[in-house]
Amino acid sequence: MELNVLSYLDNIVKKAPDKVAFANEKEGFTFREVYTQSRSIGTYLHNRGYYRKPVVVFMDKHPKTILAFFGVIAAGCFYVPIDEEMPQSRIDLILENCKAEYIICDESTREKAKSFHFDGTICLYDEIAETPENAKALSEIRQKALDIDPIYIVFTSGSTGVPKGVAACHRSVIDYIEQLSEVLQFDENTVFANQTPLYFDACLKEIYPTLKFGATTYIVPKSLFMFPVKLVEFLNEHKVNTVCWVVSALTMISAFGTFQTIKPEYLRTIAFGSEVFPMKQFRIWRKTLPEASFTNLYGPTEGTGMCCYYHIERELAEGEPIPIGGPFRNTEILLLNEENKQAKEGEICIRGTSVTLGYYNNPEKTGESFVQNPLNTAYPEIIYRTGDIGRYNEHGELVFVSRKDYQIKHMGHRIELGEIEANVNMIGGIKLCGCIYDEEKGKIVLYYVGDISSKELVKQLKEKLPRYMIPNYVEQLEEIPFTANGKINRVSLKDKYKKEKKHNGRN
Amino acid sequence: MEEIKSTLLEILSELHPDEDFEGCDTLVDSKILDSFDIISLVSEINDEFEIVISADKIVPQNFNSVEALCELIQSLMDED
Repeated sequence: MELNVLSYLDNIVKKAPDKVAFANEKEGFTFREVYTQSRSIGTYLHNRGYYRKPVVVFMDKHPKTILAFFGVIAAGCFYVPIDEEMPQSRIDLILENCKAEYIICDESTREKAKSFHFDGTICLYDEIAETPENAKALSEIRQKALDIDPIYIVFTSGSTGVPKGVAACHRSVIDYIEQLSEVLQFDENTVFANQTPLYFDACLKEIYPTLKFGATTYIVPKSLFMFPVKLVEFLNEHKVNTVCWVVSALTMISAFGTFQTIKPEYLRTIAFGSEVFPMKQFRIWRKTLPEASFTNLYGPTEGTGMCCYYHIERELAEGEPIPIGGPFRNTEILLLNEENKQAKEGEICIRGTSVTLGYYNNPEKTGESFVQNPLNTAYPEIIYRTGDIGRYNEHGELVFVSRKDYQIKHMGHRIELGEIEANVNMIGGIKLCGCIYDEEKGKIVLYYVGDISSKELVKQLKEKLPRYMIPNYVEQLEEIPFTANGKINRVSLKDKYKKEKKHNGRN
Repeated sequence: MEEIKSTLLEILSELHPDEDFEGCDTLVDSKILDSFDIISLVSEINDEFEIVISADKIVPQNFNSVEALCELIQSLMDED
């Protein structure tokens, strides 16, 4: 087994130097270009004595963003990808947490980067990617590297209003890529269409198998996910045969009857996750592409991408949730009940190499969910408690039941409703607020009490939260219901929302 | 047409209370509407006006302005 994710690149550049590795609708980069440019970036950071520290990558979604990631790793550092559309206040929180001294940006993000609360160096990708390579230095860095060293930190929603940075190491990513590739049978002929943002762990599914096999990844322009026919045209134009997308991106295509106009001609491997796949939509996909394989994936960022899979082979009943199946090889799932004993239904806990290093610079939050395996009192062994409740069905397949807390999945994004509330409460004029989620319509619903219009509230909230966390329905109330313990009563807010929805038909 | 427009504006302002939709003809190009918005917009328009906007009608030029959307809705209502 490899010890460093860049070993994949070292191997493939010898075998297929001129094949396109990463491309968008306009340009592509061969494995040789990926190799050369990433080593230049690695040398740039090395020349400045920057080593084993985080580097923020703040670029438009582009193949070069991926090359920048590899450059950071080549320097023995780890990358911290940041969304170019993220509000500044959130970026400042991330910079404060990870204390990076370098930001790699591109022409379109450079101006914004200058406005951050940041004392370090802002460097331009196109400039540093031309640094003359120092092969000796890079090879020394590799010699000293351990597979438990981090390669990235990705930030996920935190219920207190501060995002948490999940750090993962080479060993976890390599383990994940090896198992995932076996399950989905990737090879050198795999052509991926990347949908998920590059600033989350979801894109690991395309990035590293592309290096491992010498496959090709096309980055789909974000705007195409609004226009289903154009999206399928893109897939056909590039002969895409494999997609690992969030469910909402797939249902967007099927729900609008796109297949009556156009069908994906080359698609044979379809993997999805992060959300419930409505059975009606799934059946449309299945009927349209009867030869394709469909795989449900499950896993939290803290377990390095995905850790469970389920090939959908048997007929599922109407209303039956698609199981999350069972763990990848080299991972075990424990279902722990309130007494920390194994049970038929309980909290899904992950054991294995896929468990990440923890939350960066956040021992308190890390200690809450990266814990000693309660079933093992003999030696130190960390498991990750997901906060998801699971159970086994009559086929022995693992099924997701619910959340223990107020975390939701919205358009593939993992969101703590508490984080939205914490940010709303920071806005002047707000007295109280409560956030709920309408699973059926996929809407974040916010109720609030205060002297501020919903228009002004949303405007200010957009300066604090990424767009996918902005409530889709906002209503001002005279008062907010409380529980007996004095907490905001989300159950009664949900009832109110349901009643009103029935009443006026819309919402 | 005016009735369609006012209902549509109501749906849109519920989606984004902070945006001014009237007079804008780059709703898609300026990223005021994103993919989530298009999905909920289409399903709400379908419900409200009892029409079906098919996939081949879901193209940028039909969603860039309130006027373009109104015309799309009107033309689909006329088909019935």
